Amino acid sequence: MCATRITRRTVLRLGGAGLATATLGGCKVFDRLADPADPLRHYMERANRLTMAAQRGLLDREAMAQEFQWFDIRQPQRPNGVTDPQDSDYLAHVATGFSGYRLSVSGLVKRPQTLSLADLEAMPTRRQITRHDCVEGWSCIAQWTGVPLSAVLDRAGLLPGANFVLIRCFDTIERSLSGAVKYYETIDMVDAMHPQTILAFGMNGSALPVPNGAPLRLRVERQLGYKMAKYIRAIEVVDSFAGVGGGRGGYWEDRGYAWYAGI
Amino acid sequence: MHLGYSNKRLIKRHTMTTRLAHWGWAISLLFLLGSGLQIFNAHPVLYIGDQSGFGFDNAVLTLGTQGRAFPAWTTIPSGMDLATGRIVHFFFAWVLVSALFLWLVSALVSGHLWRNLRPTARDLQSLGTDIRTHARFHFPHRRTYGPLQKLSYGAVLFALFPLIVATGLAMSPGMNAAAPWLPELLGGRQTARTLHFCVAALLLGFFVLHIVMVVLAGPLNELRAMVTGWYRIDEGE
Repeated sequence: MCATRITRRTVLRLGGAGLATATLGGCKVFDRLADPADPLRHYMERANRLTMAAQRGLLDREAMAQEFQWFDIRQPQRPNGVTDPQDSDYLAHVATGFSGYRLSVSGLVKRPQTLSLADLEAMPTRRQITRHDCVEGWSCIAQWTGVPLSAVLDRAGLLPGANFVLIRCFDTIERSLSGAVKYYETIDMVDAMHPQTILAFGMNGSALPVPNGAPLRLRVERQLGYKMAKYIRAIEVVDSFAGVGGGRGGYWEDRGYAWYAGI
Repeated sequence: MHLGYSNKRLIKRHTMTTRLAHWGWAISLLFLLGSGLQIFNAHPVLYIGDQSGFGFDNAVLTLGTQGRAFPAWTTIPSGMDLATGRIVHFFFAWVLVSALFLWLVSALVSGHLWRNLRPTARDLQSLGTDIRTHARFHFPHRRTYGPLQKLSYGAVLFALFPLIVATGLAMSPGMNAAAPWLPELLGGRQTARTLHFCVAALLLGFFVLHIVMVVLAGPLNELRAMVTGWYRIDEGE
């Protein structure tokens, strides 16, 4: 009898609690956080800086991303984002097999560079089998061949105030009212000078395919995929990225993603 | 519910640290769950191993083959918005870890951990009785935690919380470069992601059970104890 009494009351209470929970979820009270101008969102975004400070401060800055074996490559590298750029200057390069492609290295450097693919391939190269982690949650292992970005930067010679490397790309990722938005990214010198940060022109033993960023893409192995710009057109060394695009340091960063993608 | 209790049976049950940590965990778990389901929706497939099988099959769970996996009312924010989900998730991850760290230090220093949470031989002997008591919907209001309380709180604090943090960190490429043993220990980054999801489900299970227990044991007394610290115990305790 005691059990019956409690059960009835319990049902009422549980029903009330359930109703309250459903109302809380249903009224979308937290949707204000999706607004880029929301002050609470700005406050929460500061946790990203805390994460970066913790990872840069507590972990070994020279640490190498895990490298895998050839037999770990079990599938083609999954392409993501833009996979077939329709920009006319890019299509012209595709038509000629990138023979006229020149990577320009400019900005805060002593000796601006204009490098062909042959120039890059003649430099000391690095080959690494690494796991590509997409912000969406998936991972894919592939082998990458390329020139360490540090070697290219050393060749150009950095000037004082060289804080960030800005990667400008061929591919239009979005067409807005103000015109075409081309992909761009920035990394700082800790990652730019890291030995595994390479300008890759080869993948899984062959030339880098178009869906994966031909002729040249960035590999930043200790961060997520959106940092690893594809279809690289030019490299600029800058002291700040405040004036580029939306000012947050990259295409996805301008759309709310964190500049530091080590998590 | 018995009326006419005297104030003599009101005891100071929870310290300020425990109460603050409790509500810190409660709020952060709510936000972590909602934003976590948001993040899951960006790629609603779970795998075993280092990588995700696109050219081969190592998937263990696939949701949302028709549209989004978890519906709008379960995610924070309600629309498909991975960027915002990540901002909310990492903010509350720091809240959860901070609350856990502060509580742990305080519980170690004050002796709370040893005195009140450590299951004793007597607890284990009376475990069967405790299970039977709960099964009869009778919830004793004791001075100290009962065997089932000690075991379930201990499991959350010392198994599920450390596991949810470890599996979360094992998905961080920055963390993995410095500590490759972490994803390796957990069976690879994608296994860690799968485990993260499973541990989150267990935490949700604990949350539901916890609320049911609080409601059955007398929600006003239980809530007051966790807000003010004062808890009314049974006669004869």
